[in-house]
Amino acid sequence: MAVYAFYLIALVVLVSALSVIMARNPVHSVLWLILAFFSSAGLLVLIGAEFLAMLLVVVYVGAVAVLFLFVVMMLDVDFVELKQGTLRYWPFAVLVGVIFAAEIVLATVFGTTTNASTFDASPGAATNTEAIGKVMYTQYLLLFQMAGIILLVAMIGAIVLTLRHRPETKRQNIAKQTSRRRSDAVELKDPTPGQGI
Amino acid sequence: MSNYVESFGQLWGPLLVLGQIALFTLVLLLSIAFLLLLDRKVWAGVMMRKGPNVVGPFGLLQSFADFGKFLIKEIVIPAGANKTVFIMAPILTCTLAFASWAAIPVAPGTTSGTSWVISNLNVGILYLFAISSLGVYGIIMGGWASNSKYPFLGALRSAAQMVSYEVSIGFVIVTVILLVGSMNLTDIVNNQDGGFWNWHAFSFQNFPLIIVMFPMFVIFFISALAETNRPPFDLPEAESELVAGYQVEYGSTPYLLFMLGEYLNIVLMCAMMTILFLGGWHGPIPLGEDFVRDHPFLNAFAGLFWFMFKILFFFFLFAMVKAIVPRYRYDQLMRLGWKVFLPTSLVAVLIVAGYVAYMGVQS
Repeated sequence: MAVYAFYLIALVVLVSALSVIMARNPVHSVLWLILAFFSSAGLLVLIGAEFLAMLLVVVYVGAVAVLFLFVVMMLDVDFVELKQGTLRYWPFAVLVGVIFAAEIVLATVFGTTTNASTFDASPGAATNTEAIGKVMYTQYLLLFQMAGIILLVAMIGAIVLTLRHRPETKRQNIAKQTSRRRSDAVELKDPTPGQGI
Repeated sequence: MSNYVESFGQLWGPLLVLGQIALFTLVLLLSIAFLLLLDRKVWAGVMMRKGPNVVGPFGLLQSFADFGKFLIKEIVIPAGANKTVFIMAPILTCTLAFASWAAIPVAPGTTSGTSWVISNLNVGILYLFAISSLGVYGIIMGGWASNSKYPFLGALRSAAQMVSYEVSIGFVIVTVILLVGSMNLTDIVNNQDGGFWNWHAFSFQNFPLIIVMFPMFVIFFISALAETNRPPFDLPEAESELVAGYQVEYGSTPYLLFMLGEYLNIVLMCAMMTILFLGGWHGPIPLGEDFVRDHPFLNAFAGLFWFMFKILFFFFLFAMVKAIVPRYRYDQLMRLGWKVFLPTSLVAVLIVAGYVAYMGVQS
């Protein structure tokens, strides 16, 4: 059963991955990409790595792809113009493709791959989550923390680069707004007729 | 389960699951019909109106009449709309809303440690989180495919809001996971066994943690309101100011699917709050081990009753909030999510993690 499920999901991954580059509309491309991510999560579930599968969905589909979609939808790019002259890049594209294919072939021929039937998704622990947590917070603690710090630096860098202090923009001061009372804002007057205030 | 599979051949297992799915779908659809009416009735009651009272006794059949109307109406697809995506968006919303229910345990099983659930996932809570984070696509796709300014702006607002509040929901979930030491929803519920004082919202077994966990419960409730685009955070719709946000161009069955998905998500959030903080199927007073051992089926149905009762309670709260609380401004909404809830829940995660590590709560 699992084999058929694998072929079905793998087919969906391949078709959607192909459609990412074949689709004319960039928004459709991103939607296909989302399907590819989601189906890859299905493949991870099939080998028993359910924690990684859920993380893939939460991080890539739930956050990264949303940003892709936002950017692609907002950009006003003339894609017909962009597509012109793509033929010039054919040799380069073929070169990259050949390199990728060669690497995959080399990895499968010379690599020590584990058979899917003997593959253990959670070595040395009861669940997948535990197994990942154990290596991540012991063996690879330094790398894990470094990755976190790099992300933090990247985030601060992006904020610093895009933050502009513009004095003319009006800002909401929530504390001031919520601490306003009726006596601060409303003043009752009793004007005499014909005189006004 | 495994006995059945062996004796009835390989087909029985998938058929059983299909039957469970059909049952869940049927029950969910029927309860949504009446919950929708309850929502409108509560809202009307607060405003001293009568609410729907024409179709059937007390208007009980109103939702079915609405359902028929939505089905019969013509589907209008705006010119220049991206047809495939336009039709797919509501279907996606509705499908995802149903898919989440596959992992929700509704009642205790007849043997200890099990539960009535379609799929007892080890990463159940993460699955719910993942599926609910996908919900934003239905909205973005619907808004974009309509090929019109207002749905698009509504969709952007809505998406930004949902993504923002997902973060604090995630951290609140982490506090509960830390206390339980498992992401399995059945384990999470079973961890709150033995009386209402053991529920995570009160956390009596880890006494001082009530200072952290009860506020987390409140934060989760408010974030759930924002996540489901309910008042007071219904800025994308804001029917008294704007048109219907991302759903402007939708009518007939596609709109029905959007609304169904929205209400399913609301009930799902109620179920999540029940499971994470209010002890799931556990009643406020424990039935006693003898009773559970002697009458496993009665215990299961008592559990089912409590689970549904708690969902109903939360749904009532949702309806009351809709009736009572005035709408937030968009900048207030963003400020609440990023500047209040996110730091608070982050500190709470630190405190709970420290407590769990120091006191050795988990095994």
